[in-house]
Amino acid sequence: MRRKIPLIITFIIGVVLVTGYFVTRGPFNTLYESFSDYFAIITVFAFILGGGSLLKIHLKRVSNRSTDWPYSVVTLAGFLVTLVIGLFKVGNPDGMGGEILAAGSWLRFLFDGVYNPLSATMFSLLAFFVASASYRAFRARTKEATILLSAAMVILLGRTPVGAWLTAWMPEILGFLELPNLANWIMAWPNTAGQRAIMIGIALGVIATSLRIILGIERNYLGRRE
Amino acid sequence: MRIPDSILHIDRRIIFLLIGAAVCIPLILQPRFQDSPTPIVQSIFDTVERLPSGSRVFLSFDYGPDTAPELDPMAKALVRHTMTRGHEVSFFTLFPEGLGQIKKITDNLLPVEFPEKAYGRDFVNLGYKAGLGGAINTMVVNFRTLINADAEGTPLDDLPMTADVDEMVDYAIILSLTAGDPGLKEWIQFAGDIAGIPVMGGGTAVVAPELYPYYPQQLVGLMGGLKGASEYESALVDRYPAYRNATMDATMRMGPQVVTHVLIVLLILLGNLAYFFGRSGRPGRNDRTDRADQADRRR
Repeated sequence: MRRKIPLIITFIIGVVLVTGYFVTRGPFNTLYESFSDYFAIITVFAFILGGGSLLKIHLKRVSNRSTDWPYSVVTLAGFLVTLVIGLFKVGNPDGMGGEILAAGSWLRFLFDGVYNPLSATMFSLLAFFVASASYRAFRARTKEATILLSAAMVILLGRTPVGAWLTAWMPEILGFLELPNLANWIMAWPNTAGQRAIMIGIALGVIATSLRIILGIERNYLGRRE
Repeated sequence: MRIPDSILHIDRRIIFLLIGAAVCIPLILQPRFQDSPTPIVQSIFDTVERLPSGSRVFLSFDYGPDTAPELDPMAKALVRHTMTRGHEVSFFTLFPEGLGQIKKITDNLLPVEFPEKAYGRDFVNLGYKAGLGGAINTMVVNFRTLINADAEGTPLDDLPMTADVDEMVDYAIILSLTAGDPGLKEWIQFAGDIAGIPVMGGGTAVVAPELYPYYPQQLVGLMGGLKGASEYESALVDRYPAYRNATMDATMRMGPQVVTHVLIVLLILLGNLAYFFGRSGRPGRNDRTDRADQADRRR
C-alpha cells in the first residue's frame, strides 16, 4: 500500500497535467490550473526539506568527527545565523513588517558584505584556472582537438574588438572571414546545430522517462523497498 | 630541461600572475574599445525602442552575485533604456539571490539617474518566487495566485502600475537575465511559447551558446556575456547621446576581457609551439610529453 498510493497519485497527476496541456477547456483544464497552484505551494516546502537535510548531514559529520568536519561547523554556523537573522528580520529598520533586504538590516549586511564578495570571489577564480587549464590541455594532438582549438581561438578573439581590428584589412569580398563574422557564424550554425541535436535528444529522453514514471515502470523515486 | 619542456611545464602560478596583471592593468588604465551591436543584440534594442511609451515590461533577474559582473551591466543598460522610453518595469527573480541584484538597481541606479520615477507608478519589485520553471507556469496559468503583492507585501491592487495586471499576457515583453536554470530557456518554454509574449534578454558567456537554438523564432534577441552587454550599451549611446558620459560598466570591463582573451590565445599558441618543437625528431617523445602533462595537471 505504501508503494501503491504514490504510484496512483503520480499516474493521476501525470495524466491530468499532460491532458490539461492539450485540452484547454473543461475539467482537465480546471484541474491543470489547480495542480499548478499546488505546485507553487509544495515547492516552498522543499526549502524546509533542504534545510533539514543540510542540518542532518552536517550535524552527523560533526558528531562523527568525519574528514574536514570543521568545514561542517562553518556551514552550520552560516546556515543558522542567516536563517535566524532572515526569519526574525534582525536589525530591520521597519521591524518584522519591513522588507526582507531593507537597507540597514543585518540580512542586507550579510548579503552585501559576506555573501556577495565570497560568491564573486569564487567565480572570479575560474578565470585563473581556465587560463591554466587551457594552456596545459588545449593541444592540437588529434584532428578533432585541432578543430576544437581553432574554434576556441576564433571565438576568443572574435568576441573582442581585437578580433575586428586584426582582420579589418581584409577586402570586402572576404568579409565573411573576419574574426567577428567567423565567431558569429560558429555560434549561429555549428553551435546551434549541435545544441539542437543535444536538446532534442534530451527532450526525447525526458518524454520516455516521464512516461515510465507515469505508468509506474520507473519506481526509483519511491526509494528502496524496506 | 630543454626550452620546450620548461615552457610546457611552466609553473601555474606564473600563469595566475599574468592573468592577474591582464585583468588589473586595463582596469586601472581603462582603455575604451569601440563596439557596435550585432543583429542578435540590436533586435532587443529595437523591440524595446518600438514599444509605445508606458508599455509594461517584465524584467527577471535570474542570477546571483557570482555572475553579476557579466549580467549587472545588462540590467543597468536595460533599465536605463526602458526608463528613458517611459515604460513601466516590473522587477522579478527566480533566484533567491536575485533579490539583492534588484535592490542594487532600485536603491542605487534609479534614485540617482531617474529621481522623477516613482515606485508603484513607474517600477515595482515583485520579488522572488520559488518553483523554478514551475513558478513561470503558475504565473502564466494564474498570475494572481502566485503574485498578489510586491516584495514588500503591498497588494498589487494598491499599486497604480499593477492594479490592472491580472495575467502574464498583460506584459508587452519579458526580459530575463540568465545565469543558468531557471532562466531564459524556461521563460521561452513556459511563457513565450505558451502565452505568446515576446521573450528576450541576456545570458552569461557560458549560458549563451545554449540559447542560440531559440533565436530568432522563440527568442527575439540575446546578449551573450560582457560583449553582448557592451554592444547594447553602444546601441544605447548611439540612440541617446546623453548617456555618452554615463558610466558604462560593460564597455569599461571589456578592457580586461580583451587583454585576458588575447593572453589566453597567446598562451595556447605558446603551449602548442612548445609541444610540437618538443616532440619533433624524437620518436616516442609525444607519449612522454603527454604523460608529463597529465602528471603536471594532477599536481
